[in-house]
Amino acid sequence: MKTRYSFGGDEHIFVECDEEMSLEAFFKGMSITTALKEANIKGVTEICPANASFQVRFDPDVIAPDAMLAELKRLEAAAQSAPSVLDTRIIEVPVLYNDPWTHETLMKFRERHQDPTSTDIEYTARINGLDGIDGFIKAHSGAPWFVSMVGFVAGLPFLYQMVDRSRQIQSPKYLRPRTDTPRLTVGHGGCFACIYSVRGAGGYQMFGITPMPIYDPNQTTPYLRDFMCLFKPGDIVKWKPVDRAEYDHIVAEVDAGRWSPRIAPVTFSLAEFQKDIDASNRRIMEALDGR
Amino acid sequence: MGVKVVKPGLSTTVQDQGRPGYYHIGIPVSGGMDLLSLTAANLLVGNPAGAAVLEIVFAGPELEFTQDATVAVTGAHLPPKVDGVEQPLWTSFPVKKGQVLSFAFLKGGARAYLAVTGGFDVPVVLGSRSTYALGALGGHQGRKLAAGDELPLGQGAVVAAGRTLPEALRRKPGQPAELRMLPGLYWHRITEAAGHRFFDDTWKVAPEADRIGYRFKGGTALEFNPREQPFGAGSDPSNIVDACYPYGSVQVPGGTEPIVLHRDAVSGGGYFMVGTVISADMDLIGQLQPHTPTRFVKVTMEEALAARAERRGVLYRIAAHLS
Repeated sequence: MKTRYSFGGDEHIFVECDEEMSLEAFFKGMSITTALKEANIKGVTEICPANASFQVRFDPDVIAPDAMLAELKRLEAAAQSAPSVLDTRIIEVPVLYNDPWTHETLMKFRERHQDPTSTDIEYTARINGLDGIDGFIKAHSGAPWFVSMVGFVAGLPFLYQMVDRSRQIQSPKYLRPRTDTPRLTVGHGGCFACIYSVRGAGGYQMFGITPMPIYDPNQTTPYLRDFMCLFKPGDIVKWKPVDRAEYDHIVAEVDAGRWSPRIAPVTFSLAEFQKDIDASNRRIMEALDGR
Repeated sequence: MGVKVVKPGLSTTVQDQGRPGYYHIGIPVSGGMDLLSLTAANLLVGNPAGAAVLEIVFAGPELEFTQDATVAVTGAHLPPKVDGVEQPLWTSFPVKKGQVLSFAFLKGGARAYLAVTGGFDVPVVLGSRSTYALGALGGHQGRKLAAGDELPLGQGAVVAAGRTLPEALRRKPGQPAELRMLPGLYWHRITEAAGHRFFDDTWKVAPEADRIGYRFKGGTALEFNPREQPFGAGSDPSNIVDACYPYGSVQVPGGTEPIVLHRDAVSGGGYFMVGTVISADMDLIGQLQPHTPTRFVKVTMEEALAARAERRGVLYRIAAHLS
């Protein structure tokens, strides 16, 4: 894993922690960007963690590009010797898998899909050797996911499952992007899950939908009153499969302003995770119990 | 009291100098695409440089004023008219209560900036009045203007009509346009020959050109250095593990048509980028019409910083001229 630095014009430094996706690469980016935030360097205007990379925007009239680069290299060296521990939170996200709305949309765009004769969830289950839709849901919701990046559009989380590579669910993007995706669709492309924060174009496979708004520019949703986007990089997500009745119930509660997601503080340790993935995940998910 | 929208124009939005600080959660900076012209318009009517203005694309709106105001139009060559009488560009002029401001046909450039004394007083969202339409955020109800909208104006100082900028301080888009670019990011993914051709070719602005990004057509498809695609990147050679996109970054999906991201940028994604247009040339992109021949010009960081200082010098001279 070799860090690569590149200037993005005169206002950005782009840092690739690794060419390929891994929890280690994501974690390295989180460590450096967290340290950068704490360092409070004058002239830094945006700090954007991504999956296996991150980006810093700076004002070159305040800090010269070479000085900015030197600061980042210094922080990288310091982050390497620091313990890989992240104080974060786990958020439970209810999902109606195989729902009627994404189903209607995916049937509309069937000719843009690799396998027009099956649905996105059936296709992905098959190419990943999972036992049908039920087997897929079990694998998808059985282990937690890191929010490894927030972006593309406002508040949209990319998520990376906290399992070893052999258990990662992988799927290609649509052959040609759809012109429509229902708001709050739970999608998947490559090894990443996402939640579409707004309705719009998209190329990820569609597996289900959450009743839980994650972006509210008007800030009327009670748990989005402090800030309009729910997710930030480093959050941990646990999908909770729900049936149609529970989905409808949550939608009604959200509309009435009475619903909030279950959220608990957790500490993630990369060393603990690398030692025993399943035990580490169990401990993290148990934090939700009683919330 | 303020301005009533009779006709909205093609895509008219409220913009100021933008909303930095939220790119890490996918909310781009927004703000005027040609910030130099936006700033000049404000200074002409005695506003602070960052007051909210209207950004007008290709075809102008028709606006009825419900109070007296001083206004100025800069940027694209889109001549303003008061009750049908043409007014000068880059010059302040009065509009009386009950009069209608409209525009003649576009004669050059792409985006005009209309500043009004006091600025457009829409709510401040996350520190800015700029419109981010993709996220339904900011501006007037998070969207471009529609007929029937009413926009309030802030309190402004009284300034004289006829304040004007000399030709030398007005922005004029070049033909062909030249966009200076610092190669980098994933430049190493393409062959040396492809790199040379990228700068040698003359590209043309594609019809898909908006506040998110400008697409260019007509150059040679890029040849990639072969590699086994890294885990998580996707199978196309132009794919990378989804990463952040710098403002001005030049991505080339499939290696065919470069897209330069602008102030409503998607903040990240899975396409490789060959470099970044320098900050000094971002204003110019906002003034490019579809089909404009465009060349990318390779520069060093030193040249990028010199161009940045030169642009700052122009802004300084504009401010000094109007103070």
